[in-house]
Amino acid sequence: MTDLVDRQKLSYIAAQAADARLNVELETEGMTLNIGPQHPATHGTLRIIVRLDGEQVVWAEPSAGYMHRGYEKLTEVRTFPQVTALVNRIDWLGSFANEVPFILAAEKLMEIEAPPRAQWIRTILFELSRIANVSLFLGDLGVQLGAVTPVFMAFRDREHVLNLIEGATGGRFHPNFDRIGGLKDDLPAGWIAETKQVMKKLRNFCTEIENLLFGNEIFQSRLRGIGVIPAEVAKQYGLSGANLRASGVDWDLRRDQSLPLAYDKVDWKVWTHPDGDSFARCWIRLQETRESTLIVDQLLDQIPSGPIMAKVPRIIKVPEGEAWVSTENPLGEMGYYVVSKGDLGPFRVKIRSASFNNISIVPWVLRGVYVPDVISILASLYFILGDIDR
Amino acid sequence: MAPLSDDAATQEMAALSGDALREGVVQALRDALGDALLDSLIKPNDDVWVRVRTDAWVQAGHVLRDTVGCDYFCFLSGIDWMPSPFGRGEDDPTAPTPERDTAIKQGYAGGDTRMQVFARVTNLTKHFGVTIKADVSDDAPAIDSWIPLYAGANWHERECHEMFGIGFNGHPDLRNMYLPTDFEGHPLRKDFPLLARLVKPWPGIVDVEPLPGDDSEEGEAS
Repeated sequence: MTDLVDRQKLSYIAAQAADARLNVELETEGMTLNIGPQHPATHGTLRIIVRLDGEQVVWAEPSAGYMHRGYEKLTEVRTFPQVTALVNRIDWLGSFANEVPFILAAEKLMEIEAPPRAQWIRTILFELSRIANVSLFLGDLGVQLGAVTPVFMAFRDREHVLNLIEGATGGRFHPNFDRIGGLKDDLPAGWIAETKQVMKKLRNFCTEIENLLFGNEIFQSRLRGIGVIPAEVAKQYGLSGANLRASGVDWDLRRDQSLPLAYDKVDWKVWTHPDGDSFARCWIRLQETRESTLIVDQLLDQIPSGPIMAKVPRIIKVPEGEAWVSTENPLGEMGYYVVSKGDLGPFRVKIRSASFNNISIVPWVLRGVYVPDVISILASLYFILGDIDR
Repeated sequence: MAPLSDDAATQEMAALSGDALREGVVQALRDALGDALLDSLIKPNDDVWVRVRTDAWVQAGHVLRDTVGCDYFCFLSGIDWMPSPFGRGEDDPTAPTPERDTAIKQGYAGGDTRMQVFARVTNLTKHFGVTIKADVSDDAPAIDSWIPLYAGANWHERECHEMFGIGFNGHPDLRNMYLPTDFEGHPLRKDFPLLARLVKPWPGIVDVEPLPGDDSEEGEAS
């Protein structure tokens, strides 16, 4: 691993020296290449400016902000129950997962806890949104490396999960289903049996992708040893989720903190990979998708009965205080620092989104890589633009 | 208690857990910073907040990273404690502006200034995090940059500079991330108006439907 990092550094120095020499001797300049804002490799409109020396990147700078919606300001003029409709749109592929940490932060300040059945259903929907989100990544990954088939498989099987989310919440992309103190509705009849069927399909999908992509020689040679991020650097930049675990850091907020969610009631495993390269990041996501289907299966088997809503006043005023709650979202650590002044709405909400930190490492990791690897590294870091710009 | 050497303090931290660990964090900061640790708050089984003097911001970061072992950078941001002069943007624009509370009241771990910088770092082996705050002066809000400590602070400080107008000494590149370069004002400051709410009354104030189970209003309607 260190060899590769040294190699990156050396190639960076060499590239800079070459650039300087060329400028002096031949008076030629490196090329500046603009990727985006509409490049298909960017989930949304991210623009990346790279400076090239031949085929090698000497400098890269992501330019975000094409989708800044100012949610932190907007939350200040909303009431607490209204905020979930906003935060749904941060990471739009795993919307339900965005609601959960905010609701948990509000519940923490109000010192109430959702009843067990609501916690269980929250956890199930949380994992379903992870599966919907990451299965699209697995398909998209193939497209960005030139393989078209996986994306059709991904859209086919993600549809089943979206149908489930729609069946339970009424919304395919933006459920807005979580309430302070519980959930809007109980599960519809027949949903549990249906979900079990779908989880089987999703496990088959994972196996298909594994056979089709991960065992493929071209796929491996495009990703192995490319874009290596050592654990120390990953922690400094605050990388989270699969990107952090792919660098060998055993850290998963679902396991490592106590929140009123049902993760401690089931038997599951946190996957890590020692390599820290693009392949490791993709491989971790594949394993996690399969693990999520197993978590959902176990949760469905032991879902408790009872109410889905705690006793909550009709007009919700959150007592004065500050709370930080973060959860392991599909993209990584998503957290809300909520400051309340005892009013109907929050005084300030700091939204810590995973992609913002995950993408801030791009200038570091793209130094010294070759142009085709730029796309594969960006794909493997996996970001959603709404999650960067908020 | 005599200041501990870094190694001894680190070992001592490793043996603690739960709230004792949070107290250990505060103690480690007190040993290293002395007076510069202004205030702290521990919520049992929840979290720990500390506030340090502005000039000790980087030193406190060093203690958190090296002695306390919080080597994971979570986020950095700012907060404006002034109550918004526009309220919640629900005023009727034709009516005179209502009286509002203008007293600045800081949150956990106190404070003396209108604006504060706060950050969170996490210890990934012991599974806890620390929220650290520092005051920034009202006339020329600025604080030292954390980039030498946590490289990931770069973008967070840029965002904070853009949104709150807080300067970060030693930051190499404080360009705007989201807004045009010539944009005036700092959107997350409380005195920056949210124009969409000021030009048109918020429909929520007029469209109040009776809630289910609200007997008195339903009775009147029928």
